[in-house]
Amino acid sequence: MSKKESNLKNMFIALLVITFVASASLGGIYELTKEPIAAAKLEKKNNAIRQVIPEFDNSPTDNVYKKAIDGDTLYFYPGMRGDEPVGTAVETFTNLGFSGEIRIMVGFLPDGTINDVTVLEHKETPGLGDKMERKKSDWSIQFQGKNPETFHLSVKKDGGDVDAITASTISSRAFCDAIARAYETFKSINDNK
Amino acid sequence: MNQLKNFTKGFIKENPVFALFLGLCPTLGVTTTAINGMGMGLATTFVLLMSNVVISLIKNFIPDKVRIPSFIVIIASFVTIVELTMQAFVPALFEALGLFIPLIVVNCLVLGRAEAFASKNKLLSSAIDGLGMGLGFTFALTLLGAVREVLGSGSIFGLKFIDGDGMLIFILSPGAFIALGYLIVIINKLSKKGA
Repeated sequence: MSKKESNLKNMFIALLVITFVASASLGGIYELTKEPIAAAKLEKKNNAIRQVIPEFDNSPTDNVYKKAIDGDTLYFYPGMRGDEPVGTAVETFTNLGFSGEIRIMVGFLPDGTINDVTVLEHKETPGLGDKMERKKSDWSIQFQGKNPETFHLSVKKDGGDVDAITASTISSRAFCDAIARAYETFKSINDNK
Repeated sequence: MNQLKNFTKGFIKENPVFALFLGLCPTLGVTTTAINGMGMGLATTFVLLMSNVVISLIKNFIPDKVRIPSFIVIIASFVTIVELTMQAFVPALFEALGLFIPLIVVNCLVLGRAEAFASKNKLLSSAIDGLGMGLGFTFALTLLGAVREVLGSGSIFGLKFIDGDGMLIFILSPGAFIALGYLIVIINKLSKKGA
């Protein structure tokens, strides 16, 4: 078969066929992967929730409630065992990070004590700011069991109680900002109940 | 053309990174660890192989004047397929590579091989060329990632062998340029000797 001549008809047909086949196959793949992708995302969220609040037997992602604040949304995932609330996982955010947004899951016990924290998403500098991840360093353990009522959520340099990550004060400040936002909103919701 | 030669040329002699200097953006961007480099390399290999095969099959159907848009549509489709599949089945890797997966579309390596090789050669040669080039790219990225990981965080493929941190600069962007520069020097030295 010889090369097709570049006239209008041939070009039109070639592009039409190629784009049609491409979009059809992409549509097919999208349908095939839609469910695994949603499942993977939900699994990730559930893992984070399981990590930050004590054992629960309900499904926190089904009971989620939202609160819009500072141009974004906080998500609250209440964990229950039987009828007893065991804690609430809050998906919080900050825009003060060294390179953009940081999303953190923080778990509060019903009295407001921080049970544990885990980082969902961040773009901080590898080797410096990324020490906020538990698998990189033990830095974030200092938040466990602290109640923000008495534990000031800002770095020591700013007069708070948090040991900043060496050479990553900005990332540490951002981390505190995210947790403080989660705590204040969590508290105001609880007080209004 | 000798198919074995066609396959192996991608590793040293015409290695996309070390000899042709193609696709340097993802090369410098993702190689903070050996695993990331390898994942990126394999994703690119898949796209390269598939696009080479398809383009070689339909090369006579595409009129010359619209060949570039046709190639781009084909490449972009395969990249999206890789992206969706990765997101569904290896979410951890997808998170690490993130932004760089869609960028495979504009990787000059893929379009370059389509234009320079697949649109002029038979199916088998094109497939072998795509595979060889892709594996060469994977080899280069894994090597660079390994060097940066060893120097920068004192680990290899995620296994730590020193306590504490390495030389941070190798994890940051300047380290990518430094490591790549020295690797190119070494590879050039070795391949000149062989020739």
